[in-house]
Amino acid sequence: MGERILIVGAGQAGMQIAVSLRDAEFDGTITMIGEEAHGPYQRPPLSKAFLAGESDEESLELRSPAFYVENNIVVITDERVVDVRWDAAHGTAITNTGREVAFDKLALTTGADARPMDVEGVDLDGVLYLRGLADAKALKSRWDAAANVVVIGGGFIGLEVAAVARKNGKTTTIVHRSERLMSRVVSPTTSKFFKEAHERRGTTVLLNTQVSRFVGGGGKVTGVELADGTVIPADIVMIGIGVIPRGDLAAKLGLELKNDSIVVDEFARTSNARIVAAGDAVVMPHPLTGEGQVALESVQNAVDQAKVAASTLMGVDHEYKAVPWFWSDQDTMKLQMAGISTGYDETVLRGNPDEEKFSVIYYRDGRLIAIDSVNEVLDYMAVRKALGAGQTIPSDTASDTSVKLKDMVQD
Amino acid sequence: MPNVTYIQPDGKEVTIEARDGDSVMETAVRNGVKGIIAECGGACACATCHVFVDEAFMGKVGEPGPLEDDMLDGSAEERNACSRLSCQIKMNADLDGLRVRIASEQV
Repeated sequence: MGERILIVGAGQAGMQIAVSLRDAEFDGTITMIGEEAHGPYQRPPLSKAFLAGESDEESLELRSPAFYVENNIVVITDERVVDVRWDAAHGTAITNTGREVAFDKLALTTGADARPMDVEGVDLDGVLYLRGLADAKALKSRWDAAANVVVIGGGFIGLEVAAVARKNGKTTTIVHRSERLMSRVVSPTTSKFFKEAHERRGTTVLLNTQVSRFVGGGGKVTGVELADGTVIPADIVMIGIGVIPRGDLAAKLGLELKNDSIVVDEFARTSNARIVAAGDAVVMPHPLTGEGQVALESVQNAVDQAKVAASTLMGVDHEYKAVPWFWSDQDTMKLQMAGISTGYDETVLRGNPDEEKFSVIYYRDGRLIAIDSVNEVLDYMAVRKALGAGQTIPSDTASDTSVKLKDMVQD
Repeated sequence: MPNVTYIQPDGKEVTIEARDGDSVMETAVRNGVKGIIAECGGACACATCHVFVDEAFMGKVGEPGPLEDDMLDGSAEERNACSRLSCQIKMNADLDGLRVRIASEQV
């Protein structure tokens, strides 16, 4: 009998592990268990094209149902692994329905949950999160009838939903707790640009602002009360204040965790040699420098780390080296990011934010580490390629838009 | 429903019946055609679904838009006059029989 691999979590990373195992001609059993009602699907469009009505449910599928059958990948949906029993030779996962699945090796791609908000009124109808397809459908079913949309949290999800809301003609307000938008990942220049760009489109952006409670009538939300007592009318409240990695099963398995994230090495191995992990649930060494521990909540990381995890499961050490990249579509603004800007000591502005076409390039100790581009695809692609090749772009010339960035790349 | 044929860099071909309105990329990925990675899921943000459209179809498929054009400039395999990002080509009856060659390098 062939080896049995169990993948817990049927998202982008879980799917990629299964596909990469088959690509590597793994001939054993692959079982993937996910607790959502659907097989693996794309999450990024949920706050973009799907919400805007430009794509449907079927087009979200990462693979057709027939693909899993043809590749002999068993996908179990609507079930959650609640425990794992270890015997000398193998493990057995037990799901919430009592199903038992025996395995030799285990992959955890458990993802993350939307971070819940703990304020009065959070249970009112119309107060929503956006993490999965079920959330997106709940949002969409209320969307057309809503005139006032309030977004809590000025991160990517919040800004993307606000952009669609405003474009659909809704009175839109972003309530953000800290002093600038997307503050965890972008420079003050980029933050300021996005605040002004959303305001130009008619959205109200409130920074340094706390929510004291959600108010409603008949069980339905009608407004958001701020700390200063102001009440903003709301038919929909979308909370996007970050995620909590789902490390509960890993904790039960005794794996090393950092806060709630599963700690993995550059081979996607957890502290147990028989278990790999990938995607939003993990922290890993920086994929370019090998330093520290970073969490990368992105499709790129889910895919690239899953490939590494699959390789490790096949017994082939393949070190995780990849340029992290990310994008966010907000109305006509396409924000594209490459590298990790954390720890920068210098930034160069290239282009003109007033024309909604510019890049912020990040340096550390004189060396290129990252870029944020808004509608400047060539800059973004040049930096993504340079970082992948271990190259840099001199900071003293990078602002010169008469020369293409790709022509400035050097070792 | 319109058919689309994918040609691998090694010359191997596969023909798939596309859902009307689905992109050439979506049709490939959902059916497990190798070589089209499409990490961004069709947002024209990653340039990992690069194909070379059969010349006979270039007139019907058309030129890339400005954003796509810039993305193609950074593609892993050097672009040519028939380069497109397959996420930006929507299948319809008019494109029945479309043939695309998949770029040998996507990232």
